[in-house]
Amino acid sequence: MNLRAVRAIYLFEMNRTWRTIAQSIVAPVVSTVLYFVVFGGAIGSRITEVDGVSYGTFIVPGLIMLSVLTQSVANASFGIYIPRFTGTIYEVLSAPITFFEIVLGYVGAAATKSIILGLIILGTASLIVPLHVAHPFWMMLFLVLTAVTFSLLGFIIGIWADSFEKLQVVPLLVITPLAFLGGSFYSINMLPPFWQTVTLFNPMVYLISGFRWSFYEIADVSLEVSLGMVTLFLVVCLLMIRWIFKTGYRLKD
Amino acid sequence: MESIISVSHLSKTYAGGFQALKAVDLDIEKGEIFALLGPNGAGKTTLIGIICGILNPSEGSVHVGGHDIIEDFIKTRSMIGLVPQELTTDTFETVWTTVNFSRGLFGKKADPKHIEDLLRKLSLWEKKDSRIMALSGGMKRRVMIAKALSHEPKVLFLDEPTAGVDVELRKDMWEVVKVLRESGVTIILTTHYIEEAEEMADRIGVINNGEIVLVDTKTELMRKLGTKQLTVELHQALDSIPAALAAHDLELAADGTQLVYTYDTQAERTGITSLLNELNQAGIKFRDLSTSQSSLEDIFVNLVKRPS
Ligand SMILES: Nc1ncnc2c1ncn2[C@@H]1O[C@H](COP(=O)(O)OP(=O)(O)OP(=O)(O)O)[C@@H](O)[C@H]1O
Ligand SMILES: [Mg+2]
Repeated sequence: MNLRAVRAIYLFEMNRTWRTIAQSIVAPVVSTVLYFVVFGGAIGSRITEVDGVSYGTFIVPGLIMLSVLTQSVANASFGIYIPRFTGTIYEVLSAPITFFEIVLGYVGAAATKSIILGLIILGTASLIVPLHVAHPFWMMLFLVLTAVTFSLLGFIIGIWADSFEKLQVVPLLVITPLAFLGGSFYSINMLPPFWQTVTLFNPMVYLISGFRWSFYEIADVSLEVSLGMVTLFLVVCLLMIRWIFKTGYRLKD
Repeated sequence: MESIISVSHLSKTYAGGFQALKAVDLDIEKGEIFALLGPNGAGKTTLIGIICGILNPSEGSVHVGGHDIIEDFIKTRSMIGLVPQELTTDTFETVWTTVNFSRGLFGKKADPKHIEDLLRKLSLWEKKDSRIMALSGGMKRRVMIAKALSHEPKVLFLDEPTAGVDVELRKDMWEVVKVLRESGVTIILTTHYIEEAEEMADRIGVINNGEIVLVDTKTELMRKLGTKQLTVELHQALDSIPAALAAHDLELAADGTQLVYTYDTQAERTGITSLLNELNQAGIKFRDLSTSQSSLEDIFVNLVKRPS
């Protein structure tokens, strides 16, 4: 294992974060606070409680997930798209490293960023509403798994995209809507039965539900199902990336 | 000689269907400087890209140091340093970080002393803390060379290393390359400057339309393919070449005061004796004779122009 190479890529990517600290961390935090004001303040005054938890408190896990999901995809897709776009990718492709090491470096850095971001948002939220994390271990597990999985997805998007438009389109048209509709701001029990069934096809439901369970022990689907779905998604992404490097898709043809 | 790179039947067809390499066979000897010459679009960059692992080959195989570039890519790539044709650098990074990054990427232990020496040799030391975007084109080119050398490769590819580099700097680079060769590094360079190949290379390969047209040592190549020119300084200017001399490959130059005869040094007979005899018989007087050898550039242009 070429650990030096993994470390080099990882540190390079993390450096990019510190350089662009405003976009990377500050902007998502600001927008989360805005969500709080709008959803927690305005709507929360009408819906007082969901499943026995005050609305403001209820939405915290969903909000964190929303940011972690979108930022993981954005970080990782940019991380690999930029070198492809500028051409500096040649160096990584000509280096004596395996696909797994490349992914470890890029995805590791992207996931680290969004985990830090998730924890910052958690901290920010705890200043605004009363919070309690019932199962910190599970919370971290879900946070890490989600960050890694969606960074993998972002990595795939960054390789597939051949223009900046395409780079934006998937997060904008797929990830964000699915996260919104996946129960970030409500319990799916609040929906009519038909929409509840439809929602079960949305993978985000499982993430958000599992994550919320680790806070308040309330969930839309069982913990095992949540964990299983995240793991499944992670494996699918890994297999896709392995295929990409095997065939050189969009990288070497 | 032991070959360090061995390319056999290598073909590349791009996704669009264009065949950029056609069953190329090529051996690079250990420790030599090999110049790959060819016009735009000949397939030089494609060939290098495949050997370095940036492009997938369509057919054929490449071995570097005896290892297959696909099966044993960790071994082969560890040996290779690449300076690509395009100036692609991380514009926001400093020279120091980007060069150290390259070394790490190739799995080598950090060695600030080595990097410092390298930057000094390439006259980049004063710029080590500058961001790359603040450098000139020629400096960027040197940063790319520093990156390629940071991990102490055994084989160095230079894809048009001196494009857009001023004369002074070009000479410096030739120096660096020669020193590298003395330390045992094998160097493969592509260039459009024939003088560069002439100045530096031990062997020269010419590629055209995705095919290697010729590979030979520089001296042999110049001898074998070289034509010479015999210039006859005339006493009296001629308006046209006399009919009696039409059998020879002659041209008038310098307002008719010079007669230039082009002949093949490889031919059984150069035709010089009969030409001079015929000049005598035609009563054309001359004052002086001189010969000159065609440069590699002429050879190259001839080779590439020749319909295949
Ligand atoms: N990504 C690509 N897709 C399709 N065709 C390509 C691609 N890259 C190169 N080609 C074509 O392959 C041929 C060889 O290109 P290559 O870059 O290897 O030439 P070269 O010898 O390096 O030329 P130059 O001296 O201009 O650098 C060209 O005709 C080029 O148009
Ligand atoms: Mg080229």
